[in-house]
Amino acid sequence: MLMQDVGAFHPEFVDLSTSTAAQWLWLIPAVPIVASGIIALLRQPRRKPAAALAIGSLGCSLLIALYAFAHVVSNWASGITTREVVNFTWMQTGASTVDLGWVLDPLSAVMMVMVCLVGLLIFIYSVGYMEHDENFTRFFCFLSLFAGAMLGVVIANSLLLLFMCWELVGLTSYLLIGFWYHKPSAAAAAKKAFLTTRVGDIFFLLGIVWLFNATGTLLFYNHGSGSMEGLALANLLTQHAGLGLSAAGAIALLIFAGAVGKSGQLPLHVWLPDAMEGPTPVSALIHAATMVAAGVYLVARVYPLMAAGAPLSSVGAMAGTTAPLIVVTWIGSATAVFAALIAIAQNDIKRILAYSTVSQLGYMMAGLGLGGVAVGLFHLITHAFFKALLFMGAGSVIHGCHEEQDVRRMGGLWPVMPVTFATYAIGMLALCGFPIFFSGFWSKDAILEAAHQSGFIKGPYYLLAFGALLTAFYMTRQVSYVFFGKWRGHGHAHESPKVMTAPLAILAFFAIALGIIGTPAWPWFHAFLDGHAAAIDLHAFAEADFLKLLGTSAVIVFLGLGLGWALYGNKSPAAEEPDALEKATPWLWAGLRDRLYVDEFYSATFIVFYAWWARVADWFDRCVWGGIVALVTWLFRLWAQLNRWIDNEWVDGGFDKTCDELSSGGGLLARVQNGRVQIYLRVLAVAVVALAVILIWSSRS
Amino acid sequence: MNGILTLLTVLPLAGAAIALFSGRHGRGVALVTSLLSLVLALVVWLHLPADGAMGMVELHPWAPSLGIEYHLGVDGLGALMLVLSAIVTLMSVDAAHRVHHQPGLYYALVLALESGLFGSFTALNFFHWFLFWELSLIPAFFLIKLWGGPKRGPAATQFFIYTMAGSVALLLSFLAVFLSTGVMDFGKLADMAANGTLAQMVTAHLGAVMPWLAMGVLAGFAVKVPLMPFHTWLPAAYAEAPSPVTMLLTGAMSKMGVYGLLRIAIPIFGPQIAALRTPLLVLAVATVVMGAWAAAAQKDLKRIFAYSSVNHLGYCLLGIFALAIPAGAASQGTQAAALNGVILQMFNHGLTAAALFWFVAMIQMRSGGLRGIDDFGGLRKPAPVLAGLMGIALFSSLGLPGLNGFVSEFLIFRGVFPLSWVAGTVAVLGLLVTAAVILTVIQKVFAGPVPERWAEFPDLHASERLALAPVIGLMLLLGLVPQLIVDTINPTVMNLLAHWRF
Repeated sequence: MLMQDVGAFHPEFVDLSTSTAAQWLWLIPAVPIVASGIIALLRQPRRKPAAALAIGSLGCSLLIALYAFAHVVSNWASGITTREVVNFTWMQTGASTVDLGWVLDPLSAVMMVMVCLVGLLIFIYSVGYMEHDENFTRFFCFLSLFAGAMLGVVIANSLLLLFMCWELVGLTSYLLIGFWYHKPSAAAAAKKAFLTTRVGDIFFLLGIVWLFNATGTLLFYNHGSGSMEGLALANLLTQHAGLGLSAAGAIALLIFAGAVGKSGQLPLHVWLPDAMEGPTPVSALIHAATMVAAGVYLVARVYPLMAAGAPLSSVGAMAGTTAPLIVVTWIGSATAVFAALIAIAQNDIKRILAYSTVSQLGYMMAGLGLGGVAVGLFHLITHAFFKALLFMGAGSVIHGCHEEQDVRRMGGLWPVMPVTFATYAIGMLALCGFPIFFSGFWSKDAILEAAHQSGFIKGPYYLLAFGALLTAFYMTRQVSYVFFGKWRGHGHAHESPKVMTAPLAILAFFAIALGIIGTPAWPWFHAFLDGHAAAIDLHAFAEADFLKLLGTSAVIVFLGLGLGWALYGNKSPAAEEPDALEKATPWLWAGLRDRLYVDEFYSATFIVFYAWWARVADWFDRCVWGGIVALVTWLFRLWAQLNRWIDNEWVDGGFDKTCDELSSGGGLLARVQNGRVQIYLRVLAVAVVALAVILIWSSRS
Repeated sequence: MNGILTLLTVLPLAGAAIALFSGRHGRGVALVTSLLSLVLALVVWLHLPADGAMGMVELHPWAPSLGIEYHLGVDGLGALMLVLSAIVTLMSVDAAHRVHHQPGLYYALVLALESGLFGSFTALNFFHWFLFWELSLIPAFFLIKLWGGPKRGPAATQFFIYTMAGSVALLLSFLAVFLSTGVMDFGKLADMAANGTLAQMVTAHLGAVMPWLAMGVLAGFAVKVPLMPFHTWLPAAYAEAPSPVTMLLTGAMSKMGVYGLLRIAIPIFGPQIAALRTPLLVLAVATVVMGAWAAAAQKDLKRIFAYSSVNHLGYCLLGIFALAIPAGAASQGTQAAALNGVILQMFNHGLTAAALFWFVAMIQMRSGGLRGIDDFGGLRKPAPVLAGLMGIALFSSLGLPGLNGFVSEFLIFRGVFPLSWVAGTVAVLGLLVTAAVILTVIQKVFAGPVPERWAEFPDLHASERLALAPVIGLMLLLGLVPQLIVDTINPTVMNLLAHWRF
């Protein structure tokens, strides 16, 4: 009932002649990138101009994005869903071209508004948060570059351009995780993030190259000849790639590997919790709201490829599915539960949120796999707002508690930090999916419902439902530790300045309000993304299926909240005291606290292999190749010695020497006994030579 | 334009003669000469024929009875190498501003080396080309031998003997070809190879030796590039040579090998190389992957970048051997992408690797000669500009999009994957390992707490920033606007592919 119209069926998008909004779309990423370049050239202490440039440029982008968004919405409202593309040739090799371009359609329009809006709020918040940092200017330089690159990912109409911006986003993530580079842990976390995502990216690159080769273009849409359009997809489906996959399926899986890395899905999730070494605004912007969601966006962008070949059916949305979508669904569902489990046993306020992000990204992936683009994307958008809110709230708490991050050393903060507490609570309830009033409920419910309706597989539904219980539980635990009970920290906590709390309030507003556009009664968001008219239908609330699911998910959420409160509410245990769960199941707790040993496993396998293989390569170089060279050199030397010996002893010596040899062969003993033998022999030799000469001379005459 | 290539080759020699007698003013002479050479090279680059054929041809009889002619000419490939050599020489002269011992001789040798590079990138007759190929070796040998590090003696000797051994193989192959055909002109030989008469004549005279001749030629170039396992001279030579000379070795001289493959080996011995394609691809993939991994085991910045160079030129070899495939087995589109990538990668690697060794020189100058990655830490704090600019060069080497290295690596993989997907798939491992190596360098040198001894590590001063700005600017420019080069080399690529027969 909720998502009748998504899934394998792709409505036709009208390809308009390109409008002004589309023509100038490139400004959206370009303005922040240029601003970042200018900030890079500023001298370090110039705080105000740096912040003003960054905020101003992103504000500019937001205005353009809103204009473009309004343009798409007004077209859609008048009955035509548009997809406008501007393509150009980047370079020509041989007779073929490498094309880039950008696209303005509902998907990119929604996403760019979200990135600009959340980004702008976080930029403003950062002015307060980073106030005393000596590298303030550099921070805004990287932040602006990030915003530009991320917006580039969003508007790209070419998989290559998307990949380029994708890697730049990775670079800025690396730079910002390692922003406090003097901390070895930050430098290590930055490197880990870059390399882990690059593991996914090399598969992504292979997918790009394969797609380019198979379809001759990397443009998504190009008036019928793009790689995401019918002709190319039909062609890809006819090619077999082994393992029962078509080329379309294989390429889709390779591209998904890139998304797994970027979005911290199993098994490449290990970098994201470590990325919390970066300043908190970075965690909010890059590692919660936008960059990590780029993987989800990528899957949504190449959805036609992911879903290529799904049998169309009139029965329901998920009647037909494809191998890549099944993989996406399972990885997403597994990640959702796996990360939620680990989040239970973390004590660092940001790490709890980081695992929560990994888990929620899993929900989005599962939503894409089960319910289609709109279902996944709606959770992406609502999550961006409430998770940014939670991270910035956490930042406010950390700031107020003098850089303390351990939740066990906090407590009783709600009267001290009322604004932070109120907004944090809203974010927490949205994340838990508290019924009716919060956006997170509607977006998560749509995913659960899609999972429930799925014709083929029921496993993901149970996983996701269990994950929802865990989410409510770990968030209750965190909030109890931080805001309730007695204060267990050092010194006095204080509320943060307005420049930090105002963005919190705005985000809190969205964390609630966004739900309105995604309810079954008025599924505006889904209709917009799928290109249908949105109608208000209050009867949707009264449908039996919907009410049943509403009841189920409400029970799950209240169970989680209740369990959490029963174990942790108002308890204020001392920091050294074992956790309530730890007392009950120490072995389980230890496993979860140690992140189920995935990092240890990777250290013992891949890292060891890398170091070992490096030594092998070096040893091979020194010993095997070097050894062969040494052997050849030695053989040459030997040969040269032999030559010299032959030269000296056999050739150069002349006749007398030869005689010498001959005689020494016969009279060796004599020679040893009497050195003067040589003289006699030499005289003899000269005599023989003289004789020979005379003989020759005489014979001539 | 007549005679410009001769002028280009003679100019550094004249500069060398002057520098030799100018003592400590040698650097000024060398700077002016290399700047003028760069201008001339750019003039050549800008006046290439649009169809990608040979331009600025000079053809005079030299020793007609021996098939020797004075035959010069450049197409997009040759001209790009001229520009690269000129840029790298200028960078190298700029980097070497503390030569205390016989500066006149030093700069004269650098200029002589430049002349050797120009000569070998323009000559179209074997005799003439071989002369310059060997001539460039002598200044390089003395530059390592006289101004190198503590183990310079063995390094220089190894470098010389290795390259000579390759050259002898090359020379013997061409002697055999000459004895069979009486021709030394590359163009004529390529035409004969294309219509099959070359193989016939050689076989008629000497029996079925064509594969052996091809291997001899390959050996000569494999040492120079280098292709594993012919690379063991390289780490020692790159590490022991003074950094400005290493810039020349990796930035320009290594390109002589790749150039030779494209100009000489492939056109003349195409079918024989295509027959060896699989083992050659295995070696190229090994060069890419093992080169990167060997870099991971090094502790000396120069040795790290030396192995990293092996890795990056491995992509060139991968592209070349992948496209050596019998007609009909591949579309010309993928071959064209690979070849464009190879030629662009030659330039990009030259620029980036030379820049990296320049940064090493700057670090060494400030650290009193230290250059182990474990000797440093946290340099980003005292020297933020050094860290930032070297960071850009390092990320260029890593292949980050937006910088020059990515474009060529992308084109190579885009071409190689359809031609040999196994080789392409294994070789992407090199991208991952290279990234690990580069990030480790950044982590160990620039991040972490600053040791007390480096608390006052001087940052780049204004003249260094000014000198580096165009180099870093070029990396960014070519990352965003690669068509600056690709538009010019693409016609040459089409022209080359149209003439090659495998």
